[in-house]
Amino acid sequence: MIEVREAVRHFAGRTGLFSADRVVRAVDGVSFNLESGGVLGIVGESGCGKSTLGRMILGLLPPSAGKILVDGQDLGVLDRRERARLIQPVFQDPFSSLNPRQRVREIVGLPLAAQGALPAAKQRELAMDMLARVGLPDAMADRFPAQLSGGQRQRVAIARALVLRPRIVVCDEPTSALDVSVQAQILNLLADLRKELGLTYIFISHNLAVVEHVATEVAVMYLGRFVEHATADALFADPRHPYTRALLASVLTAEPGIPIPDVGLGDTYPDPANIPSGCRFHPRCPMAIDRCRSETPIPRSRDGRVTECLLEA
Amino acid sequence: MKPVLEIANLRVGFSDGTAAVRGISLNVLPGETHCLVGESGCGKSVTALSVMSLLGRGAKRSAEVMRFHDRDLTRMSDREMARLRGDKMAMIFQEPMTSLNPAYTVGSQMAEVLERHRHVSRAQGLDRAAALLGHVGITAPGMRLSQYPHQLSGGLRQRVMIAMALMCEPELLIADEPTTALDVTVQAQILRLLQGLQRQLGLALLLITHDLGIVARMAQRVSVMYAGQIVESATAEALFAAPAHPYTQGLLNCVPIPGKTPRDQPLGSIPGVVPRIGAGFIGCAFRDRCTHATTACSGDIPRRSVAQHHETLCTMAPS
Ligand SMILES: Nc1ncnc2c1ncn2[C@@H]1O[C@H](COP(=O)(O)OP(=O)(O)OP(=O)(O)O)[C@@H](O)[C@H]1O
Ligand SMILES: Nc1ncnc2c1ncn2[C@@H]1O[C@H](COP(=O)(O)OP(=O)(O)OP(=O)(O)O)[C@@H](O)[C@H]1O
Ligand SMILES: [Mg+2]
Ligand SMILES: [Mg+2]
Repeated sequence: MIEVREAVRHFAGRTGLFSADRVVRAVDGVSFNLESGGVLGIVGESGCGKSTLGRMILGLLPPSAGKILVDGQDLGVLDRRERARLIQPVFQDPFSSLNPRQRVREIVGLPLAAQGALPAAKQRELAMDMLARVGLPDAMADRFPAQLSGGQRQRVAIARALVLRPRIVVCDEPTSALDVSVQAQILNLLADLRKELGLTYIFISHNLAVVEHVATEVAVMYLGRFVEHATADALFADPRHPYTRALLASVLTAEPGIPIPDVGLGDTYPDPANIPSGCRFHPRCPMAIDRCRSETPIPRSRDGRVTECLLEA
Repeated sequence: MKPVLEIANLRVGFSDGTAAVRGISLNVLPGETHCLVGESGCGKSVTALSVMSLLGRGAKRSAEVMRFHDRDLTRMSDREMARLRGDKMAMIFQEPMTSLNPAYTVGSQMAEVLERHRHVSRAQGLDRAAALLGHVGITAPGMRLSQYPHQLSGGLRQRVMIAMALMCEPELLIADEPTTALDVTVQAQILRLLQGLQRQLGLALLLITHDLGIVARMAQRVSVMYAGQIVESATAEALFAAPAHPYTQGLLNCVPIPGKTPRDQPLGSIPGVVPRIGAGFIGCAFRDRCTHATTACSGDIPRRSVAQHHETLCTMAPS
């Protein structure tokens, strides 16, 4: 369904008015295939390129290099209406992605209206139906985004993405503003639609418990690359990359009285405009050996999973 | 110890008849973390915004007490409030893009805070901004200071906001979902940073979060909100060990637990939706969704104490 080959995306970043341009390598060679009906969870450090990858898959941002095929085609050749029926986004920041001058009802109805084929009454019915499914009462339909809470806005964004019943949905932190009970309701809705309509999801999230619950496979991203990619079961049961292990060890369980863990990654964060030599994770890796400083690891496949770590050989 | 923030019987209504906050009371002590949790739309952000006097024009706020140290926030003029805000009393907003100005660089927005409140030079402001960006785990602060908000990832924006709130070393920080866009390792670093400020400077933290893991690790005290009221208030230990209100109990059951919650199966959730709460609503707002509801739940509900420092708003609770 989705095929990504060595996708790269660079941005020019400036340090100051008179200094040289720096190139941020936001996505730096990502490859994967996702079958129809699959759910690829993407986790990773803040700023590692997850949203950029998502925007490239949506066809909103052209790759600097590499190839991205969705349903066998380059999204660039599809017209907007066709693309909207095939793939829909749920963006990370619901506030900036909703038009402040439109009412909720109009926002959710817009994708239907843009298709142009449905009578207005039917559009309205489908929009209201979708609002109910994301748990927003009728009374909210006439409000403007500014009159909603953060979680209510996020649900509007989800309803807008699902109202056309697209075949693929790229969800960027779709439940981060929701309390656990509404979150459960939305995740259950996404799972139902997947069963009913065979939807395929890209699911970007920092919430590892949620990713474990919804994803069929998980990719761990670090500084623009997938450093580990495996089925959800395998990844959570047996994390192999040291960064994946650090992530899992940092999850805060709901147990009072336990201090916040320090997993020993240090406080020096990676700079995407200045990627370390050798293994890009080596400056922070608690297990790094000399080789990791000079030798660049290549992705290795073993037992149906891919890990990019020299110690995995 | 005298509270840094003291709120008694805060009410907020909107012009369309929504009663968003219906008489809540809470205190935050120096060095303490008080967590506010509750269903989406229950009034957490509105509570935070009322303390900062940032509610929009259609809102009506009233409170018996709303004090920051000895200063009565209900009587403060707009100018006095503006002087306090971002200085001794700071807020991290739920959605970074609502408070970052897209037209200015990160550096100029951050430095401006210090220039306004501390009357320092731009260069000094930028120095402090760069140092704070480092504390929140942002590398190459020089590059980030010269970028515009849309050039940053979601998590970078959120960290810029956190750093901006800390520019003037506030005594009270209201943080509305401050780490939702951060991965768990960065989240842990930010939470440790806040805990450090609490120990060193006695920072009082009112922390709004949906993440019960954060609540467990950060909170001394927790208030659970439902439909504009605090339905349960307890220490973190007591809340997790013996939740008294059926809503709190339901909430604790919704969290997927890795390795325990079966995949392919729906998550526990609380069926039903919050009813529309107008000005004259009486009784328990959770009753339609509660498996224990009786006729008593439609009448006035007294606030009861189930243990020392543990209160709930439920007819079931022993009196
Ligand atoms: N300007 C407004 N006009 C009318 N109603 C409003 C306005 N702002 C907020 N509300 C309503 O007030 C209620 C409380 O909103 P608030 O933003 O405090 O919720 P919250 O607890 O922060 O929720 P979330 O967890 O989703 O952020 C919501 O039902 C919301 O729709
Ligand atoms: N329009 C842009 N101009 C310049 N740099 C950009 C732009 N968009 C993204 N970047 C940079 O690319 C890198 C990756 O950003 P991206 O938004 O993909 O991260 P992310 O993994 O989604 O992070 P988060 O979890 O914080 O949302 C960051 O360093 C960011 O600053
Ligand atoms: Mg992102
Ligand atoms: Mg809120």
